Amino acid sequence: MLKELAKFKGFSAKNLPKEEPFAPGHRACQGCGEVLALRLALKALGMNVIAVSATGCMEIISSPFPYTSWRVPWIHIAFENAAAVASGVEAALKALKRKGRFPKNRRVDVVAFAGDGGTADIGLQALSGALERGHDFVYICLDNEAYMNTGVQRSGCTPYGAMTTTSPPGEKSIGQMTWKKNVPAIAAAHGIPYVATATPAFFLDLMNKVKKAALVNGPAYVHIYSPCPTGWGSKGEDSIRLARLAVETRIFPLYEVIEGKYYITRKVTKPKPVEEYLKLQRRFRHLTEEHIREIQQRVDAEYERLLRLAECL
Amino acid sequence: MPKGKDTALMSWKEVPFGCYILEPGNSVKFKTGDWRSFRPVLDKEKCIKCGQCYIMCPEPAYEQDEEGYYIVNLTYCKGCGICASVCPKGAITMVIEEV
Repeated sequence: MLKELAKFKGFSAKNLPKEEPFAPGHRACQGCGEVLALRLALKALGMNVIAVSATGCMEIISSPFPYTSWRVPWIHIAFENAAAVASGVEAALKALKRKGRFPKNRRVDVVAFAGDGGTADIGLQALSGALERGHDFVYICLDNEAYMNTGVQRSGCTPYGAMTTTSPPGEKSIGQMTWKKNVPAIAAAHGIPYVATATPAFFLDLMNKVKKAALVNGPAYVHIYSPCPTGWGSKGEDSIRLARLAVETRIFPLYEVIEGKYYITRKVTKPKPVEEYLKLQRRFRHLTEEHIREIQQRVDAEYERLLRLAECL
Repeated sequence: MPKGKDTALMSWKEVPFGCYILEPGNSVKFKTGDWRSFRPVLDKEKCIKCGQCYIMCPEPAYEQDEEGYYIVNLTYCKGCGICASVCPKGAITMVIEEV
């Protein structure tokens, strides 16, 4: 266990932080799971934070020009360079501290937010470079499994069989033809001190993971699964239920990788069938029994692999 | 009077340098409550003050009052119904909004 995390006791339902770095009045859709994940992450980080936000839903809904929902310093940048700008901000802070123009013992966390498109497709090389250089920052990927902001186009994180506007199902196609890209594994392969996956349904788990990511010295990556009622064709009130079902059906396992060692933070001993999760969403409506069996096999195999990683490493 | 002068939020002459937004969190001026078609109604008899509605609200529209109950701020509530679905005691019901 890392020595930075030894003193951290974790949040509990009784000692939640009172401050809200994310203000109401933003223009997210009703029942948006992504803005909930963002709000919880910022609540865990507190007010001493510089946020860097790539283009995506969270940038569009939080800052239509004369208004902003951010109560912390925030910078909007292009799609591909969230990690690059965050590393620049971190380097600038370090230089200001060295020159004595910024209090040396004041702790400021640099955090980069990006969607799954900005992480898995467009921003992957900037992320990889920043993780390789070892800047002390947190990268949070808010994964809603497609480019929802521009009208539901497929991304690297779109799961197998999902209907999007650029992967329509029909006679010759079943929707998205490739499996979801495993970005946490790519981040963990850089040998960084902290990688975690989280979902807003388990809010204490999410807040603890984000806080731990901020506490470690060096880069940290948190992958947050965030339901999108508009793009997935689910009900707004079902967002939390979907986020919980994704964990209970083993589709999105919760784990953390601390210095290369895998810890499964929520073991699912009695998994629910994936059908229960798939049938709540319109994007999976066209799937047949055979496809669902295929998805079930893949999900089981992936979880088995993760369990073995947690045992061996 | 030129058209748009009184309806626009600001003229181009008032736009700050670099389009910086100098007032943090000023989106509280934008009332999203009129998006709502269902309104959450709390039954205080059933409420156990667990705060699940408060922490799961994407807005955040819930605030704690002096007695410890979490009360929704209808200025911002978009009526998504997450609070009603996560409430462990079923104390929140969604009621259709009367116009």
